[in-house]
Amino acid sequence: MRYMLLINGDPSLFQAAGPAAMDAMMGEYMTFTQSIVESGELIAGDPLQGPETATTVRVRAGVRTVTDGPFAETTEVLGGYYIVNVADLDRALELATQIPGSRLGSVEVRAIQEMSEYPS
Amino acid sequence: MSDIASVLRECSGSALGALTRVLRDFDLAEESLQEAAVLAVERWPVEGTPGNPAAWLVTAARRKALDHLRREAKRPAKQQTAWRTDAVLQVGGSAGLAGDPADIVDESAGLADFFSQTSSVGRRGDTTRNAPDDDDELILLFMCGHPALNVDAQIALTLRSLGGLTTTEIARAFLVDDSTMAQRLVRAKRKIRVAGIPFSMPNAETLAERLLSVCHVIYLVFNEGYAATAGPDLVRADLCSEAIRLGRMLHRSVPDDPEIAGLLALMLLHDARHAARVSPDGDLVLIEDQDRSRWNHEQIAEGEVLLHQAMSRRSPGPFQIQAAIAALHAEAADADATDWSQIASLYGVLLRVAQSPVVELNRAVAVAKADGAGAGLALIEAMVAEGRALDSHLFHAARADLLRRCGRPTEAAAAYERALALVRTDTERRFLLGRLSEVLRRQGSD
Repeated sequence: MRYMLLINGDPSLFQAAGPAAMDAMMGEYMTFTQSIVESGELIAGDPLQGPETATTVRVRAGVRTVTDGPFAETTEVLGGYYIVNVADLDRALELATQIPGSRLGSVEVRAIQEMSEYPS
Repeated sequence: MSDIASVLRECSGSALGALTRVLRDFDLAEESLQEAAVLAVERWPVEGTPGNPAAWLVTAARRKALDHLRREAKRPAKQQTAWRTDAVLQVGGSAGLAGDPADIVDESAGLADFFSQTSSVGRRGDTTRNAPDDDDELILLFMCGHPALNVDAQIALTLRSLGGLTTTEIARAFLVDDSTMAQRLVRAKRKIRVAGIPFSMPNAETLAERLLSVCHVIYLVFNEGYAATAGPDLVRADLCSEAIRLGRMLHRSVPDDPEIAGLLALMLLHDARHAARVSPDGDLVLIEDQDRSRWNHEQIAEGEVLLHQAMSRRSPGPFQIQAAIAALHAEAADADATDWSQIASLYGVLLRVAQSPVVELNRAVAVAKADGAGAGLALIEAMVAEGRALDSHLFHAARADLLRRCGRPTEAAAAYERALALVRTDTERRFLLGRLSEVLRRQGSD
């Protein structure tokens, strides 16, 4: 099954940790990513630019509005993601546990809805 | 008829477990098992109850499942979901479908190896009581108690799948209407399917966490039965006996885990008192007023043996400590002989391993028994002062009782009134009303 692992966190906590801790964490991300490349479970994964750089699009009655920033103000924001292909939820949870961001923030695990599961 | 119903209920967990494993589809397994049960109700009275009813049900349900899947396969491809197609291949490729149902159960034999390799749970006892069906039922228990499901859903699914309770029965036990409970079950089953919660044993790293989660579900079921939070009946014996049955199954599968043994001991020791706990009029009888000859002493002895074995592993946990407290109550020949100071110190130990205001309250009550109402009241007033007071009827009732015994009827009456505003069972309400009128009389005479 394919899962998306959404890494949420408070960017200020990450910055407050200091450059040495940030470097150490980047190293852990590299190691983790390499491990799921080797196991063949990685489909995609990237860190995202900060929410202050986000742009939001809404279309209402055919009219597009483009606004600066994310939809909602929250302290925890989406900071990155992985898409993995694994046997079941237990394995997806195991990978989520290994993501360094799970210690500082949280990792939301969502199964990807396969097109074949759409009701006709 | 009622015999057949109880046989069906007894083996529903192992049959559903075996079917879920074979079909790899919990919804389909449940649906087919229900149809098989209907068939059993028609045929068993005529043909006689089979020697192995679980195996009979599994075979019949597999045929029903195959019918479903064949019908599904004839529908346009885009209407089929991936998981169902998968299940068609599974069943279609299984030669044992029309044959001996024993082959279904044999596939789980590998589980014994799993336990013998896992040091944290130790070697699995190789006795004849370890029927292979137990493994399927155990995995089903793990699936229903998966932490990815919320606790309410875990409880409902466990009672539905392993206890064989109907949706209506579960709804009644938790005082919600049928449609709410039905929706809760539908949502939980959808999550299992959509989120990919597996029907498999947890791995060695997560086993401890998963066992704890399952123990928690079993204990919540027991508590709901033993100290019903709401409704006209104070004790729901069916929930208690189901929780004990699940506890026995878990203990049989993982005999070396002291906390599982502790949980089972705890439930046996509490449940042993249930006949004496409610008066013929349906009123709550406090432990000091209970007729101890009506306690189930055989069950107490069983609980004590289990507890003793568990404690000898020298790895105490919250369930063992609570069982030890229950054992001290059970051992006392009468209320006056209760070793309250040891109970109070055990609550102190429990407080260190499982900090909670409920435990703190119980310790205060035990201290009041051991060292006087004033000493207990001081602990409760400290909880109030430090913001750890519980807004539950039990807290206010305990506080009211100690105030009453310390000769402060006005404050006691206020606390009884607060407890009465929160109490949800009729039995406890009658008890509290009795105490309230008593302190009001005393207040009037002051």
